[in-house]
Amino acid sequence: MAEIILDKINYTYSDGTAYEIQALKDVNLQIHQGEFIGIIGHTGSGKSTLTQLLNGLLRASSGSIYVDGQDIYDEGYDMKALRSKVGLVFQYPDHQLFETTCFEDVCFGPKNQGLDRKDIELRAFEALRNVGFPEELFYQPPFDLSGGQKRRVAIAGVLAMKPDVLILDEPTAGLDPAGRDEILGLVSKMHRELGITILLVSHSMEDVAEYVDRIIVMNHGAVMFDALPKQVFAHYKELEAVGLAAPQVTYLVHELAERGLPVDTQATTAREAAQTILSALREKNVI
Amino acid sequence: MLRDITLGQYYPADSVVHKLDPRVKLFATMIYIIALFTFQGILGFAIITGMLIFMIKISKVPFSYIVKGLKAIVVLLLITAVFNLVFTPTGTEYWHWGPFHLTSTGIMNAVLMTIRLIYLIIGTSLMTLTTTPNQLTDGLEKALSPLNRIHIPVHAIAMMMSIALRFIPILIEETDKIMKAQMARGADFEDGNLIQKAKSMVPLLIPLFVSAFRRADDLAMAMEARCYSGGEGRTKMKPLRYQGTDRKAYVILIAFLVLVIVARVLLRWPQ
Repeated sequence: MAEIILDKINYTYSDGTAYEIQALKDVNLQIHQGEFIGIIGHTGSGKSTLTQLLNGLLRASSGSIYVDGQDIYDEGYDMKALRSKVGLVFQYPDHQLFETTCFEDVCFGPKNQGLDRKDIELRAFEALRNVGFPEELFYQPPFDLSGGQKRRVAIAGVLAMKPDVLILDEPTAGLDPAGRDEILGLVSKMHRELGITILLVSHSMEDVAEYVDRIIVMNHGAVMFDALPKQVFAHYKELEAVGLAAPQVTYLVHELAERGLPVDTQATTAREAAQTILSALREKNVI
Repeated sequence: MLRDITLGQYYPADSVVHKLDPRVKLFATMIYIIALFTFQGILGFAIITGMLIFMIKISKVPFSYIVKGLKAIVVLLLITAVFNLVFTPTGTEYWHWGPFHLTSTGIMNAVLMTIRLIYLIIGTSLMTLTTTPNQLTDGLEKALSPLNRIHIPVHAIAMMMSIALRFIPILIEETDKIMKAQMARGADFEDGNLIQKAKSMVPLLIPLFVSAFRRADDLAMAMEARCYSGGEGRTKMKPLRYQGTDRKAYVILIAFLVLVIVARVLLRWPQ
């Protein structure tokens, strides 16, 4: 079980050259076991850098990261073990699919963990089942699949390593609305059923509002908000100022409240909004 | 990781050298290389060194940035120096063992060759540091355009070059991302013997090839969609034209070459 603490993390790209960019500034975070967190920020806000720091692919310029109380920058810390503990699924599945069949591709992770063949296949099978990948495609090459199915294979590829924490970098990029809902529904189901911590990186509030129980908003490499979705969306004007938007229902309920309908402005999902609007209308005896 | 290779990567700055016509810089590099391999004696060496320092100074590229690029060729330098040192049989002999000789000419050659190579790298990388790949191929296309008459497809060659150069950073970035994606799944690119290392490249190379082919396809499609049909009748938005500074630069370069040759004739010491 993994508990992650980030202490004053700074990260600078191309340090000391003309292309120097400070991607993260003094980031402090605490991630508890079993949380479902949305990390939001526009392009270049440092959210992808943050995810790569969490499993040791990048090394912070300064600051410390503790996973289960151990400093991952300590000498002799087992980075490979960290990477099976904190699984990271990158944005484009094309960056990792390479085997001749989907099943073999999913086996790659557990194989690297040094398991024996039987366990590897068992885990691959389980992971593909958990992501809802159709069995008749198991032995097809991964290159001809649709975007949504490729993404499932990519997620399964990391899930097969049985991580405690699963980080998904923009898992819905390039998918149509139906594919988007499917993947998000799947992620939420994995969170419920497998009990793993999930960090969902996205630039769309709409994507995460419905599913996560905590939102971290990144802006210019710093943490801008870190709170419950309701609390974060209450700042919808500030979010707009940095190029992000609150979910559409937030605007709707605020607009209605301004016009004198006693709705609860904390509603973040369409269902909640519908409920509060209905009860407000009833209160006013309109319906 | 892979981003750290600075050898010849464009360094943005606002300097006279950056603004020179790329044809001048191509010509300058040629002159510089000729000078480097014709000079003899301490005087010629001093002139070349002076020129190099002067060029670095006005290019506004930090010297440390250029030197960092040299790191990539340290091994090559060492091998060249050692070979010259022990395999030159002429001159006064100080020591020998089997086929190995240590002679005065050998020492001289080793020092000279090392200096030449270092200067060569610094000089040529100064060109790529101050010229964007696009300017470079533009200059090359214009400079080689007379070859069109003998049916050499200069435009096509220049276009291929600029596409290839344009794709280097993209492919480097892509490699970086793929490496990370596979490392996140526990891949190990560093440890193991030669065969294991070669095997570990497979998960890196396949996605890279797949994406390179897809990109090439997309690019061809995008170019055709914009009616690209080769060099025939194609005009430039910013055609290259020589300015005052370019002419001055040519004069300085010719003068530089003449000086180096004169120095070779006048003062050959030491051999």
